Amino acid sequence: MSVDRIPVLTLGDVLLVSIQVDLEDQLALRLQDDLAERIVAVGARGVIIDITALDIVDSFVGRTLATIASVSKVLDAETIVVGMRPAVAITLVELGLQLPGVRTALNVEYALDMLAASRLAESPVVDLADTAPAAP
Amino acid sequence: MDAKVAQRLAEVLTAQRDAILQGWVTTVRETLRGRLTDAELRRQLDEVYVALVATFESGATTVNASSAGELTGVLSDLSRSRAQHGFSATETAISVFALKEPVRAVIGEDTAALSDHAAFSGFLDQLGLFTFETYVAARDALISEQAEQLLELSTPVVKLWDGIVAVPLVGTLDSARSQVVMERLLQALVDSGSPYAILDITGVPAIDTQVAQHIMKTIVAAQLMGAQCVISGIRPQIAQTIVSLGIEFGEIVTKANLADALQYALRQQDVEIIRRTGRSAV
Repeated sequence: MSVDRIPVLTLGDVLLVSIQVDLEDQLALRLQDDLAERIVAVGARGVIIDITALDIVDSFVGRTLATIASVSKVLDAETIVVGMRPAVAITLVELGLQLPGVRTALNVEYALDMLAASRLAESPVVDLADTAPAAP
Repeated sequence: MDAKVAQRLAEVLTAQRDAILQGWVTTVRETLRGRLTDAELRRQLDEVYVALVATFESGATTVNASSAGELTGVLSDLSRSRAQHGFSATETAISVFALKEPVRAVIGEDTAALSDHAAFSGFLDQLGLFTFETYVAARDALISEQAEQLLELSTPVVKLWDGIVAVPLVGTLDSARSQVVMERLLQALVDSGSPYAILDITGVPAIDTQVAQHIMKTIVAAQLMGAQCVISGIRPQIAQTIVSLGIEFGEIVTKANLADALQYALRQQDVEIIRRTGRSAV
């Protein structure tokens, strides 16, 4: 079965992508386009890419992920790659490949936490003393 | 040695069975210094003796002959059991060589008998070498088995808290072990969904560039998977080595001991530890 695009799910202001098939050139380009469009359309603040199903992450996939991260960053969305397998991580380290600009998390839950935390950090400081009812 | 000599030897061994066996058992017993009971030793040697006579009767002239199969089988059992019970190689091989003397005592003094005995000696030498080889093979198997067990034992991954696992490393780290540690740790991170790992190297006696490299790789791999590693238990000596070797730990968090590392990881997870004061002293 050939897949001609990778589905992008919207969870509030977070986009969730689960890569289940080998990422080929066309597919990767398509995913980049789709994501860029959806980030703008939805006003997404975060992109979570799940690669649990990937047995192999080569330099091409690595570069694709890095590109997605850069594009998202320009559009003010943070990219988090989740679910990298130990074997994949070891291979990447042995090959000296890095994922520049990409944050990672163990699973989608942690990634959502991270996005929530960084949004909290970005939000303007609210001084609770100001909003509290004035002392009599 | 030809088949006729083998036949003659079989006759001698059968006729003088009791005398030879007694002499053999006595000699071997002295070398083993009471670490094997008499009955056990006699049973073992008797078994070998029977197999030896059968081999000569079948006309086998070398240890490799197919009719010597039973004899070699009995001997390899013997040397394996010796190896497992901690006897030395000499003590094992002498069990075979000690048969020469009692046979010489009964075989007679004439030239034919002596030449038979020389052939017999040669055959025993082959058997001795065979015993030695089996002994060494058994020892090697024992050692590699233990090394494997040690590898399994020495790399536990323990859970310290929700989301925090630790690997207490004890002993020398080499490439093979580092590999095992790396794989175990990363797998444990996935299985338990822990975003923090503590590598405790209190028990590592020395560190070199290669070991440091392995530790770094593990940490970078964990980071790629979305987990953070903390190194704890760096001893002063090792800290000096790390600096003098020019190893850069970069942004990797290092803590003096496991408690500090745990506290750091807890704090990163917004867990606060509060001592309850005001409790009445007991």
